[in-house]
Amino acid sequence: MRATIRSNLRAVLPPVLLGLLSLAAWQALVVLADIQPYLLPAPTAIATQLGLVMPVLVPALIATGTNALLGLVAGSVIAIVGALIASRLWIVDELVTPVVAAIAVVPIVALAPVLTTMFGATSETPRRVIVAIVVFVPVFVNTLRGLRQVLPVHRDLMRAYNASNWQLSRTVTIPGALPYVFTGLNIASSLAVISAIVAEYFGGLQNGLGSRITSAAANSAYPRAWAYVFGAILLGVLFYATTLAIERAVSRRPGR
Amino acid sequence: MSIPAPSSASAVDVRGVSRVFRTGKGQSVTALDDVSLTVAAGQFVSLIGPSGCGKSTLLRLIADLDTPTGGEIHVFGKTARQARLNQAYGIAFQSAGLLPWRTVAANIELPLHLHNVPRARRAERVRELIELVGLADFAASFPDQLSGGMQQRVAIARSLAESPGLLLMDEPFGALDEMTRERMQAELVRISAETGAAVVFVTHSIPEAVFLSDRVVVMSPRPGRIRAIVDVSLGEVRGELLREEAGFFAAVTEVREALHLDQAAPARGMDLR
Ligand SMILES: Nc1ncnc2c1ncn2[C@@H]1O[C@H](COP(=O)(O)OP(=O)(O)OP(=O)(O)O)[C@@H](O)[C@H]1O
Ligand SMILES: [Mg+2]
Repeated sequence: MRATIRSNLRAVLPPVLLGLLSLAAWQALVVLADIQPYLLPAPTAIATQLGLVMPVLVPALIATGTNALLGLVAGSVIAIVGALIASRLWIVDELVTPVVAAIAVVPIVALAPVLTTMFGATSETPRRVIVAIVVFVPVFVNTLRGLRQVLPVHRDLMRAYNASNWQLSRTVTIPGALPYVFTGLNIASSLAVISAIVAEYFGGLQNGLGSRITSAAANSAYPRAWAYVFGAILLGVLFYATTLAIERAVSRRPGR
Repeated sequence: MSIPAPSSASAVDVRGVSRVFRTGKGQSVTALDDVSLTVAAGQFVSLIGPSGCGKSTLLRLIADLDTPTGGEIHVFGKTARQARLNQAYGIAFQSAGLLPWRTVAANIELPLHLHNVPRARRAERVRELIELVGLADFAASFPDQLSGGMQQRVAIARSLAESPGLLLMDEPFGALDEMTRERMQAELVRISAETGAAVVFVTHSIPEAVFLSDRVVVMSPRPGRIRAIVDVSLGEVRGELLREEAGFFAAVTEVREALHLDQAAPARGMDLR
């Protein structure tokens, strides 16, 4: 127990120290070089603003976080189920894979104004749809790659035991694909937050982090804008850390 | 589970079997050419021959993991396919083929699990098997925490899980050190005698083949054919002393000569220990 605390400390301490040092350097730079707040506000100014906007920041975090979470879950579930089907039915594979490649190169957030018009300006749905589409691609691609990794010897083994297709999936294909699924989910969790925020830049409800950042910047309230950016960073870290924690819990395998 | 059909006494009946692999662009490799072989129930037969002569291919055909391009294979009087569907054999592959996300115990349990054996019976059987291969301390370990030889022992335990009437083994002792190897050989002889299982055993080692087998099948490379079948009649009880006997050396010499009929130098990939 002591040892794990100590090793955790050892892992956490260096980045925290680095963070504090850069904050100090940032503060020194702003003060000594007399940099204007619209260029770069001082960390202390941002911290003050953070305290002031807290009552607005928390609901904004929750609004954007909910959009990101729902989109992430929906997009990932569809992607995983889709990859399972595509790995089984070549016809689906032939049809879906080019479409996914096409989705991957389209700047999805550009769809935001269109979707906002479709669903109405008071709906959260367009943002969630955008998050789901953005998240779909990395999860689908990685899961499908994982599902294709079955070793010939494992295939032979399951055939020798006359295992059903479902047994093959449950005992060999899916467990083998799990690390790949999580690679996709790790990428997706960051993308979900980013796309939920960026989707807000294109109009619609004004309750999330993205809208707060744009309106603060439009009012030249730069320290306040930065306070919301800080909130966005927090949200991203929270999503990423949660996915990592789930991955740790699911893969009981030691040494990985 | 696998009671031989009364109509046939043989565990494996291979008749005029060929396997030609198409390798694209109209080229092909004849891995096996007109191979015939009968393995009686309870009999221990080794396949020996230089690398690439089709030993693994023959084993896969018997296991119905591949289909011959010519000839017929019967296992306990049934087609190879039917025998596989009836789970007539246990198999250990050249590479252990363990599932890396399952513990040693869960790997051994796999066939029982797939065939819906009740939990309590499963646990009991796994305990016996783990004891048998000497890995009791590693039941909860994962395959990547074991040495190659230990992994092979897990694969062997897994192949024995359902006490099959036929064991198909592809160089299962290849990765073991000499001492473990001899111990596992003695265990295998004991197991096959106790369970009355027929064994088709692929090996590169002449002494191993002779020590284990009732008959040693010597194969020639490309196209894979049976060159000679050496009957080893060394009696039922195969203790360690057997390795010192004159009959043992005579059989070793006979197999060696059959292997090197056409050349003075030892064949490549051959283990002359
Ligand atoms: N799937 C395949 N496609 C094409 N050729 C194959 C295939 N499997 C085996 N062969 C060929 O068939 C021949 C026999 O292969 P096999 O694996 O049976 O040899 P082996 O006797 O088991 O050799 P080793 O002792 O090295 O394991 C080889 O020449 C090999 O290249
Ligand atoms: Mg082989």
